[in-house]
Amino acid sequence: MVRTFIQDYLNALATFKIAFIHIRGLEVMAIAEIHMHKNPAILTENLTKRYGDLLAVDHISFQVNEGEIFGFLGPNGSGKTSTIRMLVGLSQPEEGRASILGYRLPAEITQAKRYVGVVLDASNLYDELSALDNLLFMARLYGVPRDEQKSRAYQLLKDFGLYERKDDRFGTFSRGMKRALTIAAALIHEPRLLFLDEPTTGLDAAAARSLRGLISRLREKGLTIFLTTHYLEEADLLCDRIAILVRGKIVKIDTPAGLKRLVQTQSLIEFSFARDVSALTGDLRRRLGGAEAAFLDESRVRIYGGDPPQIFDAVFQFSRDNGIGIEAASTIRPSLEDAFLRITGLSTVVMGTEKGGGKGKGGRQ
Amino acid sequence: MWQDQLRGIYYIALKDMKTYYLKPPAISWGMVFPLAWTLAFYLRSPGDFAELVPGLLAMTILFSTTAAEAVVINFELRLGTLERLLLAPVSITSVLLGKVLGGFLFGLLMTAIVAAASILYLGLQPDIIGLALIAVPSLMVFSSMGALFSVSVKEVFEAQTLLNLPRFFMVFLCGVVYPVSALPEGLQLLARLLPLTYTVQGLQASFFAGRDSMLLQNLLVLLVFLILFLLPAIKLLHRRFE
Repeated sequence: MVRTFIQDYLNALATFKIAFIHIRGLEVMAIAEIHMHKNPAILTENLTKRYGDLLAVDHISFQVNEGEIFGFLGPNGSGKTSTIRMLVGLSQPEEGRASILGYRLPAEITQAKRYVGVVLDASNLYDELSALDNLLFMARLYGVPRDEQKSRAYQLLKDFGLYERKDDRFGTFSRGMKRALTIAAALIHEPRLLFLDEPTTGLDAAAARSLRGLISRLREKGLTIFLTTHYLEEADLLCDRIAILVRGKIVKIDTPAGLKRLVQTQSLIEFSFARDVSALTGDLRRRLGGAEAAFLDESRVRIYGGDPPQIFDAVFQFSRDNGIGIEAASTIRPSLEDAFLRITGLSTVVMGTEKGGGKGKGGRQ
Repeated sequence: MWQDQLRGIYYIALKDMKTYYLKPPAISWGMVFPLAWTLAFYLRSPGDFAELVPGLLAMTILFSTTAAEAVVINFELRLGTLERLLLAPVSITSVLLGKVLGGFLFGLLMTAIVAAASILYLGLQPDIIGLALIAVPSLMVFSSMGALFSVSVKEVFEAQTLLNLPRFFMVFLCGVVYPVSALPEGLQLLARLLPLTYTVQGLQASFFAGRDSMLLQNLLVLLVFLILFLLPAIKLLHRRFE
């Protein structure tokens, strides 16, 4: 009741401020005020996790607003899963503070769990139980009213295209179907916040596409989604905002468009050499003046910034001096991949590639 | 809040019954093994079979509760389904209690069947309340013991293998077949440290001596064993999620 009162008070305060500022014609400030008073679904401050000597999550602070899809993007081992595990109560932070839907962690995690759905990186339902029995078990565990348990389970089975297989054992399902049912099970209690840890990892391209469509539909229903992924195109496609995580630290938080704008103001040229140039990266970089080079692999490099004619001259000279042919050279429309490369300095090779998936959105011109 | 926990314990226990216990491996360990063991002694000396009934029930209690309990927690930890349970509004303690309750309920079912069959077949007239006062805490003790072994090790088979040692020790030392008083003094002392001794003594009292002070004494000792098994099991499971 106290929580409801405080919520109402904050909403009223936000409405008043917006009206007041709008009268003064300062719409931009009003938007900032809405943002400020919007209830954070997740709030963390200096959240830290160590496993022995390894600092898995390094003092990260971020806010996820209600109704948004917030992406946690980073290579394997960057601390994405460790962060989720702390936020859902499966491990304890060493330092820092966090709250979910206004509930303080870890003290109020059990209360928070009533409103939170979680899909971890493994499809962890019971092989021995049927699809329907798995959903009913979860409904009972979360205290879904008895008269609603079956109807919700049936509806989810229909929504996820599994109704025809409702009596089949979970253990007999394909990987994509297991993933879909695991997400359905996380929705049975109608959560306000959904954690999805690498939801499409291991799925074929068709199953991954279908799942992404499903995630988009969940957002349309007003669900807040915290999504971890190492697929750049997935983050670009689904997320309202993205936090880029490298070695346990958040290095950047922005919208996908905002991240791409970081590299859109500069020229971007990609060269493919006829053979491995990894031993000559220092030489190439010295020739580029103020421009930055990011190696996609041992023979491909993207060059950010600088004057394009001068860059072409420098690289062709490098090619001649070292006797290495250039197979292709093209200017690129920046994608999230380029923004990621620019921000982290990491090759996207470390992010892994999607089975059957295509390239990022940024096509060649 | 406590309703969430009670509901969680109840549904986890029911799910475990359906998923693990009411299956051929658990039933064979829980019922067929003690019955086969007892049958062997019956064939040797059919006239004394009534005297073997408390021991038969004690073995049923021991094997039915620990048959799957020792593996289910580790099994679920490996599959990730235990984590799935912890994502619900259920505490780690409640998850463990749900698992222990699952073993308890299965043990209760097996023990009730064996007890009813023995009593009816042999025309015995035990003190039913005394029998329940010993059987119920014993089922909790051995289910908790199975849980403790399960959370103490990492591999599923390790728990089962490790548990065989105390289980067979107890079958020989705790008066199931031979009276504790007939054992050498050192082994008698060892028998006093094992919970099945008090289960057998309590059951013997409920079958043949009526409700006396020994029954209460055995009940109290069993409750101490319950705490000794349950609290470390809870603590060890908590440690897995630190």
